Formats: sequence, C-alpha cells, structure tokens
Amino acid sequence: MAKPKRDYDDIPGTFVFDARRAKQGYALNMFCKSLDVAENREQFRRDEARYLSSFDLTDEQREAVLERQWLRLLELGGNMYFTFKLAIFDGKSMQHVGGEMSGMTEEEFREMMLRGGRRETDG
Amino acid sequence: MARIIAGVGSSHVPAIGAAMDNGKTDEPYWQPLFAGFEPAREWIDDVKPDVVILIYNDHASAFDLDIIPTFAIGVAPEFPPADEGYGPRKIPMIKGHPDLAWHLTESLIDDEFDMTICNKMPVDHGCSVPLSIMFGQPDEWPVTVIPIAVNVIQFPPPSGKRCYDLGRAIRRAVESYDEDLKVAVFGTGGMSHQLQGQRAGWTNPDFDKKFLDLLGPQPEELLSISPTEYIREAGSEGIELVMWFIMRGALDPEVREVHRHYHVPASNSAVGLIAYENSDR
Repeated sequence: MAKPKRDYDDIPGTFVFDARRAKQGYALNMFCKSLDVAENREQFRRDEARYLSSFDLTDEQREAVLERQWLRLLELGGNMYFTFKLAIFDGKSMQHVGGEMSGMTEEEFREMMLRGGRRETDG
Repeated sequence: MARIIAGVGSSHVPAIGAAMDNGKTDEPYWQPLFAGFEPAREWIDDVKPDVVILIYNDHASAFDLDIIPTFAIGVAPEFPPADEGYGPRKIPMIKGHPDLAWHLTESLIDDEFDMTICNKMPVDHGCSVPLSIMFGQPDEWPVTVIPIAVNVIQFPPPSGKRCYDLGRAIRRAVESYDEDLKVAVFGTGGMSHQLQGQRAGWTNPDFDKKFLDLLGPQPEELLSISPTEYIREAGSEGIELVMWFIMRGALDPEVREVHRHYHVPASNSAVGLIAYENSDR
C-alpha cells in the first residue's frame, strides 16, 4: 500500500505533528503532560534533572528541556500544545515562546501581532 | 421533535477567556473584539436554544498521546473545566444532556460514525471560551451542552468533507429525538493562526474572509481544502477550521447569516465569529 504523501514538509518554519514526530516525541510530550499535576510540578521544581530521569527521553531532549530550547523541542518531536505546558510552568506566555522560536523578543512578537500577524516577508 | 435552529462558528482563543475572567474586556486591546460579540449575544438571547452541541478540539487536556480519538462525544451530566496549568477557569459548571447525548451516540454509530464515548471528560478552553463569547459571564449557563471533541492535533485530522458529513448525521440524529428541544450547533477553533515554529504568528485574513464568505452559501467549495492547504494558508493551527463544517453540515442547505465579526489579533490568532439561522427556527 502506498504510504501517505507528506506534501507539507516544504512549508517553512512548521512542524507537522505526524506519525514520525509522534513516535520521536512520545516520551517528551508525556513528560510535558505530567506537569498538569501539581505534585509533579513540585517534584520537577525541586530537581528538574532528577524528575526527568523517570521519563525515557534522549539526551538531546533532556538538554532541550533543561535549557528551554523551545524550537529545538519541536525539532526533537515536541508538540506545541504539550511543550507549552513547560512554558506555563515557567510562567511564560505563548507570545514569549513564539518570539523565542522565531528569533524575536516577546515585545517584538506582540507588536507584529498588533500589525496583523506574520507575513511571508517577516521571514 | 428536537430540531436544530441555529449554528455558530467561533474561535476559541484561550486569551479571550482569560480577558473575561480577569476583567480586561474594556481595555483598548480587547474592547474592539468584545464589542463585536455583543450583537451575537443579543441574538442568541433571543433565539434561546435549550441545548448546544459544541464541536471543539481538546488541547492535551482530557486526552494526551496515550489515546487519541478522532471524534469523541461527552455523555456525562457535567463537564468540569480542565486545569490547563493556571487552575481551572472560574466559570459555572457546564451541564450536559445525557439523554440526548446517548441518543446522538447511538444514532451516529448506527449511521457509521464511530464515536468514542466519554463518561468523564474535563473540557478546556476549546469548549468553554465559545460559551463565554456567546453567553458572557452568567451565574449558570443558560443551555445544556453536549461536547464533541475532534482530533486536530495528531496528524492527520478528519477531512472537511468527513466533518460536514458528521454534521449531517448529527442533524438526522437530533431530528429523530422525541422531546421538543431547540438545538444550536457551535463549530469552533481557528481562524488562521500558527503557534509553533519559526513561522509562529502567521495569520491570513484573505483566507479567513473567503472562508466566511463561502461557508454559508457555498460550503461545498471549501470542503476540498486539504489539511496541507490549511497549514500552508491558514497556519498549522488554522486546521481547526474543519470543525466549523460539522456545524455547517448540521444546518439547512440554505441558511440566513445573522451575524459576522472578524478581528486580528487575540493573542497569536485571528478571530472570527459567524452565526446562522435555519429558515424554520
């Protein structure tokens, strides 16, 4: 049977959460989901590395979590709705994360949205 | 007999709920957006549906990556607001309609739509923000709610045509329910936006306006838009717009548009609100 066609890989700056990413990012995303529970947030706050050791992350994923590399997390299989739970844990907004991923400050990102959002010409 | 009298297409941007919960709706940033909601609120207060079938997507709240239902229906008596990391929204409990919900479930599955049945389903901003947009901040919601959650997070999402056909099946199901009930269907999500990647912040007002123009009179012209085209044109999260077709499919082939509002931005998204009446409401 023919494999599904992936005619979206050429869309710039976009990580479509398909089967490939779901497999790659399962543990990473489920770690993020675990932060929904207050007790887990407490444990993560006490010792991030130790808490992470109970999830089956790759070394690269672990480092990206610890260093809050928002774009890298997507490259390593993260899904935005899940990785954003880590940003919420940090008290960061979607505009902060959007800025970080696209090389802007939160303020610059907010200004861009007020002008009507990103266009092709915004990079 | 129960009948569908109205449909609403609405964004469900979480920041809209937060602006209401935190009393910011009169601030200059928010005022123009909320001003545009007012006529729709007055209209629905006049139409007075008994039940809202609310189509939305869960955002890693009730479901995670362990189980990913494409179409899930809530049959519970109550749906508590989910804790999305800030504590649950302080809104009234969302009351279900188990009898109609189970009737829908049986009818839809008989009609070859294999729904996932949820007896327990906390609902996140996807479900609660459209209620806030349409009904404001009452002490209790003036409607019962049957939430239907659609997967648009794990690719591939259901196609526009599949969603439209589900809407038609919902209509058949509602019309085979004996009790006299006025039912409205809300299709939510969108409009154009992208939260992720270097392209975060993408919006496309031209796409959105065309979508709003065609959805009422010529929905079939929109049904062939592929998931990839949504991502390309409306942004990776603009794919949520397929859920509006479930609402549209549940209405008459000819509908009367009674309200429309479009605004950019709310947080990282373009916002749309459109309301239709069936001729016989």
